[in-house]
Amino acid sequence: MTTSTESFYTRIQQSALPSYFTEGTAKRQAALQRLAEVGLPTIKSEEYRFTPITKSLEKKLTWEISEQVSSISTIYSLLVNGLDAHLIVLINGRFSKQLSNLKELEKNVIVTTFNEADKQSKEVIQKLLGSVGNSSDAFALLNSAFYQEGIFVHVPKDTVVSKPFLILHINDAQQKQVISHTRLLTVVESGSTVSLIEKSDSVGEHNCFHTFTEEIVVGENATFDYCKIQNDGRAIHQVSNTTISQSDSSKVNTFTLTLNGQLIRNNLSIMIDGEQCESHFNGLYLVKGNTLVDNHTVVDHQKPNSFSNEMYKGIMDENSKGVFNGKIYVRPHAQKTNAFQSNRNILMSESATINTKPQLEIWADDVKCSHGCTTGQLDEEALFYLQARGIPHDAAKAMLLYAFALDVISLVKNETLRNYLDGLITERLHKNF
Amino acid sequence: MLSIKNLQAKIGEKQILNGIDLQVNAGEVHAIMGPNGSGKSTLASVLAGREDYEVTGGEVDFNGKDLLELEPSDRAAEGIFLAFQYPVEIPGVSTINFMKTAVNKIRHYRGQSPLDAVAFLQLMKEKMKLVEIDQSLLGRSLNEGFSGGEKKRNEIFQMAMLEPKLAILDETDSGLDIDALKIVAHGVNSLRSKNNATIVVTHYQRLLDYIVPDFVHVLYKGKIVKSGTKELAKELEAKGYDWIKNEAALV
Repeated sequence: MTTSTESFYTRIQQSALPSYFTEGTAKRQAALQRLAEVGLPTIKSEEYRFTPITKSLEKKLTWEISEQVSSISTIYSLLVNGLDAHLIVLINGRFSKQLSNLKELEKNVIVTTFNEADKQSKEVIQKLLGSVGNSSDAFALLNSAFYQEGIFVHVPKDTVVSKPFLILHINDAQQKQVISHTRLLTVVESGSTVSLIEKSDSVGEHNCFHTFTEEIVVGENATFDYCKIQNDGRAIHQVSNTTISQSDSSKVNTFTLTLNGQLIRNNLSIMIDGEQCESHFNGLYLVKGNTLVDNHTVVDHQKPNSFSNEMYKGIMDENSKGVFNGKIYVRPHAQKTNAFQSNRNILMSESATINTKPQLEIWADDVKCSHGCTTGQLDEEALFYLQARGIPHDAAKAMLLYAFALDVISLVKNETLRNYLDGLITERLHKNF
Repeated sequence: MLSIKNLQAKIGEKQILNGIDLQVNAGEVHAIMGPNGSGKSTLASVLAGREDYEVTGGEVDFNGKDLLELEPSDRAAEGIFLAFQYPVEIPGVSTINFMKTAVNKIRHYRGQSPLDAVAFLQLMKEKMKLVEIDQSLLGRSLNEGFSGGEKKRNEIFQMAMLEPKLAILDETDSGLDIDALKIVAHGVNSLRSKNNATIVVTHYQRLLDYIVPDFVHVLYKGKIVKSGTKELAKELEAKGYDWIKNEAALV
């Protein structure tokens, strides 16, 4: 456990791809090759300046590719209360057919593991995998080389998938450490409407390392709602790489909620490769203890006449750390782009920190772009105002924090999901008013 | 009801109140006047429990309780209400939810059961009329984007909802046009009874044409230097504060 970064990394390098990786071998090899060139990030790496993940992994985990079995047989407590969903369950990186529920899928909607995909789907997977999210992020590459299971979701043209998909990532570290790598490829064809919720939970006290990479293609006039809920245990390191590509007149809404974990890094990229697109991407991180949460977002306006609006908010308590980096690219011919970004943070303790950085790179001249970030403590004047009306200090504090968090939550469209998220936040803030 | 004895307070290193004595009985309206910087708002804030101020001496008894020992929320629950000079904007909290929480926290403090939604709405509707405030305004984030007049009316609406024993109006007239002033004054007057009292903190006499005080006190350099009836306010209006300052200088 006390090996150096190099040896951890060397061990990755020396890992032969296991024989049960039956599909995509060439792409896996290529990713491994590329990883050898890029290396795992150090704090000198610009993209990981405030997030010493390699060092932390090194300290907490040993690199291995053996799969951990899990004794989990019931997932009821991990579900979204009251939400009727198409359920996809992955435990320690492996799809659990038994715990998943895909019985009521609309006609021609495909949900399959890469392995079990039919010939036609395999061709789509072969063609698209790695091309949507062509990331040079070391953990995306690591995932591309070692992903254990890939889930392919295909929604054909003009289909409204009435129930949301709920992908549940469970890492069961009750016995020993778990390292898992999962993968998702989703294609939403033109004119379709899909909602996808991804929830990750880890159980057990042993350390976990989980990477997941998602590539999502949203066709013309399609609507895609995406929600990520990270409510893991304290001992997880998680890196997600999510890339969403949008075509003309499509709408994308994303919401990322992070509540727990040792070190959570989310890379979210929205590629607006179409005109008249609308993208709203929102996030909330409510962290405490020693949690580090790092959201790196990219919105890339490649075509004219689209709109994007980003709002991330954070409340950091105790020794927790927040990192936010928001890149907005507006390419030379992406005229008439409207792109907005805001990041607001509240620090609840002396030792909590936030590093926030907006990064706008605009090559087009006829655009409207704005960004803003604020960091502060709870507004003392507001706190006094509430107290002066008879609301005790703690309740007043909770009320203000809840209000701060709520305007991000209120943008989630699905009412059951919104109420569930509201419940998680209420619980976290000990709201008792 | 309220008995202030030799109250002294400072903010940072700056001593602002230098020994205030004031007795307020139920059914009375007291006006506290004085030039800028005399300590009027400080007195209001200290009574409400604002933490920025440090009480360095004296005592305040409120219906038999040591007011200075109480948390701001407990003071409110005991019946103190401060109408803010600058009401705070709080995004994400509607006035309705805020008031519902406040009313029920205070009821809880007093050992009463919480109001249910129906009873609360009924109470709210009744009090809204008093200050001519629109329900749509109350559904919005607290004071956010409200005009000066709307904010002050909202303060009086909250006062009506909480039915305090002692209301302290801190420069409620500042930033109000004459119509808004009348509405606010009407609200305050309607709430007056033999069981409650009001302290009106103001720089100008104007407000006192509408909220008629029983007593007028002039605060200067952190002390009450002169007390009288409403005629004193008229005199101040006519002569300004300079003669008070001169008189104080002679003492």
